[in-house]
Amino acid sequence: MARILLQSKSAAVNPLKSSQPLGAAFAFLGVDGAMPLFHGSQGCTSFALVLFVRHFKEAIPLQTTAMDEVATILGAADHLEEAIFNLKNRTKPKLIGVCTTALVETRGEDCAGDIANIKLKHTQELAGTEVVLANTPDFDGAIEEGWARAVTAMIEGITRSGERARHPKKIAILPGCNLTVADVEHMRDMVESFGLKPVILPDISGSLDGTVPDRWVATTYGGTSVEDIRELGTAMQCIAIGEHMRRPAKALLGLTGVPYVLFQSLTGLQDTDRFVSLLSSISGAAVPARVRRRRAQLQDAMLDGHFHFGGKKIAIAAEPDQLFQLATFFAGLGSEIAAAVTTTDRSKILEKVPAVSVQIGDLGDLESLAVGADLLVTHSHGRQASERLRIPLMRIGFPVFDRLGSQHKLAILYQGTRDLIFEVANIFQANQHAPTPEALDPLRNREISHERCSPPLAGQ
Amino acid sequence: MSSLSAKIKDAFDEPACDKNRGKDAKPRKEGCSKSLTPGAAAGGCAFDGAKIVLQPITDVAHLVHAPLACEGNSWDNRGAVSSGPTLWRTSFTTDLTELDLVMGQGERKLFKAIREIKHTYAPPAIFVYSTCVTALIGDDIEAVCKRATEKFGLAVVPINAPGLAGSKNLGNKLAAEALLDHVIGTVEPDDPGPYDINILGEFNLSGEFWLVKPLLDRLGIRVRACIPGDARYRDIASAHRARAAMMVCSTALISLARKMEERWDIPFFEGSFYGISDTSQALRNLVRLLVRKGADPEILERTETLIAQQEAIAWKKLESYRQRLQGKRVLLNTGGVKSWSVVHALMEIGIEIVGTSVKKSTVQDKERIKQVLKHDKHMFESMAARELYAMLSEHRADIMLSGGRTQFIALKAKTPWLDINQERQHPYAGYDGMVELVRQIDLAIHNPIWSQVRQPAPWDCQPDLIGELPCTRNETAYLFDEFACATAHEC
Repeated sequence: MARILLQSKSAAVNPLKSSQPLGAAFAFLGVDGAMPLFHGSQGCTSFALVLFVRHFKEAIPLQTTAMDEVATILGAADHLEEAIFNLKNRTKPKLIGVCTTALVETRGEDCAGDIANIKLKHTQELAGTEVVLANTPDFDGAIEEGWARAVTAMIEGITRSGERARHPKKIAILPGCNLTVADVEHMRDMVESFGLKPVILPDISGSLDGTVPDRWVATTYGGTSVEDIRELGTAMQCIAIGEHMRRPAKALLGLTGVPYVLFQSLTGLQDTDRFVSLLSSISGAAVPARVRRRRAQLQDAMLDGHFHFGGKKIAIAAEPDQLFQLATFFAGLGSEIAAAVTTTDRSKILEKVPAVSVQIGDLGDLESLAVGADLLVTHSHGRQASERLRIPLMRIGFPVFDRLGSQHKLAILYQGTRDLIFEVANIFQANQHAPTPEALDPLRNREISHERCSPPLAGQ
Repeated sequence: MSSLSAKIKDAFDEPACDKNRGKDAKPRKEGCSKSLTPGAAAGGCAFDGAKIVLQPITDVAHLVHAPLACEGNSWDNRGAVSSGPTLWRTSFTTDLTELDLVMGQGERKLFKAIREIKHTYAPPAIFVYSTCVTALIGDDIEAVCKRATEKFGLAVVPINAPGLAGSKNLGNKLAAEALLDHVIGTVEPDDPGPYDINILGEFNLSGEFWLVKPLLDRLGIRVRACIPGDARYRDIASAHRARAAMMVCSTALISLARKMEERWDIPFFEGSFYGISDTSQALRNLVRLLVRKGADPEILERTETLIAQQEAIAWKKLESYRQRLQGKRVLLNTGGVKSWSVVHALMEIGIEIVGTSVKKSTVQDKERIKQVLKHDKHMFESMAARELYAMLSEHRADIMLSGGRTQFIALKAKTPWLDINQERQHPYAGYDGMVELVRQIDLAIHNPIWSQVRQPAPWDCQPDLIGELPCTRNETAYLFDEFACATAHEC
């Protein structure tokens, strides 16, 4: 069981986190016709917007209530009302996802009450547009929490409550924010190959996959439809992916009685086996031949790839569920998790991370813990540490702004695990150092060189 | 906040600003800050603006006193380049948590953070930025900075520009005020000379100032401080001993230029290193100011020689693009100084300007644009995303030059696009920079992808193809011709 080490520094150095409202907006972006709205000063929105654009290379709908000094002192309910109205009139969204920021939460504003009043006052004008609130102050949590809170808010605000007649083939899937566009697409294919009908919330594969529409659309185009969110209660089964999705899954259970199964990770042979078995038992269908073939391919990739993983020291910095996903992947192929850094101590998954300890911290912590590691695994901001330490960096998570196509990279189920093995093995092969007489000299100072080079003499 | 609102008022009382002077007493008092429309606002906040101006100072530790988002969502995101120190790219924030806020530990945490940075990195200065939340809870960053300065013996400078105070532009001005109050004039240089100048508002994006600096070196002009691009703290602290200054980005730092003239008698002019004749004019103005301040007038002639030489080379290089770019229609969608600086050189080689935004431009900027464009119907304040998309998808321009914000409007309309704002990849300043800009325009317009991506899918293009199969012997060949013909043009 990993020990959780809390942050003791006062100055965070090179933040690992992106903010909680950004995570909530991210989830709203997975809904069709959505417009996320930050309740705060315009800078909050501008920074998040720029970061989204840098990651996705897409126009991102995101608006602000533009709180100024007066609103900060006297209250910002008017700003919220005006913003909702302007958005409704200008962009005609099907969903406005309000994400609070530190500014409005520090004021202690009753945003839920404000929104209830706005809805009550303007029932007619707001017809056809759902307004949902996620309380996501920046001083708490990070992307995962924000994402989970937004999904919970959508279920609690939109899904029809009560036990409903269940559709035997319908599966509700609640993916965590560490799943990419490619992951979601691939998962849908997998589920459909069993004859099941998945409803995925949020579905970023429909909205952030980089298509070129034939007209200008101010909101998202594609993603989960509001109608599908409303009808989630007719699903036979709910599958949540990632520990942070337990809360929305529980909310759905409480509201509609739809039972859930939670997968902490879908990367790796065993977790995928469990997932595929579950689909097979729900659908009553046999596992299709091409899925079996993918499994065989993964077995082969593990056999070919494990040479490159054994004994390698890996330093990972990521949000809790992604940290768990990657750490178990690397550990499962024989690597050692030399450093594990994450954003928040709230997640129950952290103690299961296969590392001696998990540091709550930033990329400054990663940089000092990763000395002597063979690979850094984090988002693009790890590039400075990678340069200084001269350790290769594998870019994962959010944001990835200095490489193209991160949203189309697959990392789950048989095929994604296979691809991940190849990617890592190739990084190691590209950064191989040829043996030198000095490094192999049996009379060398072993204590020092043991630290530096693991193979081929590691363990002696 | 009262001192802050006094500062804001002062920042907007700008006699050197035409826009401001053109107003009556009452609207002038209200300042330039337009109130924002909730749900229809775009752009950064005052903190963003302050950080943009100061962050490129390379050896300073920039510490943001805030909950995570202000710094965590925005660090290491701009294209300024350093020739030495890398500390400015390291991000520091107090990352205030709920507990910090509830328990009122903000100031204490800030002080400790300053101490940690001092011990670990030993920078010449630490800049401390206030933000919305820390302003709201009333953290007195000025007091903390003062105490830290005394205790640690290094400059700890408060930057009081919380986001809720207003726009990015206001933040630019507040950053300039902080430099005037706490930095400039605090260090006496031991080597002042008659050829020392300051460049204000140059950010060294993609290293583009290095396309200009060798020209100044050749003339024997020393850049005492380039604020902020590739600057060192000491350079800025001793900037008050320069003899002349050039102000590059018109709206951002005009108050800095004007106040430095008032306080230290450093004359300045507003110029640009974008475009060929503008670069030449900037060099001329610089040496004229230096001569006025006592430099040897022989420099005037040397400058003319250098200009003649460099212009000839640049025009010759540009001429080779004339044939490829003549008659191409450019839409400029960027504010301020860039709009008019590049227009002249583009038109010189036969490029047509079909529109330019003047949202951030001053009255002076607009006059200049009018002069080069001949009629002002090509000027627009700002264009809604939908209109812009319509204009581009109807191919009313061959390329749009703009910033990242409108990038995807152009790309989704399948129109060539070139970044000329802060995230750009190429340096465009000086003579070589103008050639580079034209080269990039050429590369963008003539990339072979455009004809490919504009092609509709063949099955969308010829729905009746199968229904109208001609019954001739040579039907496959005929079909192929028909098909090739149809796809070669847009349907």
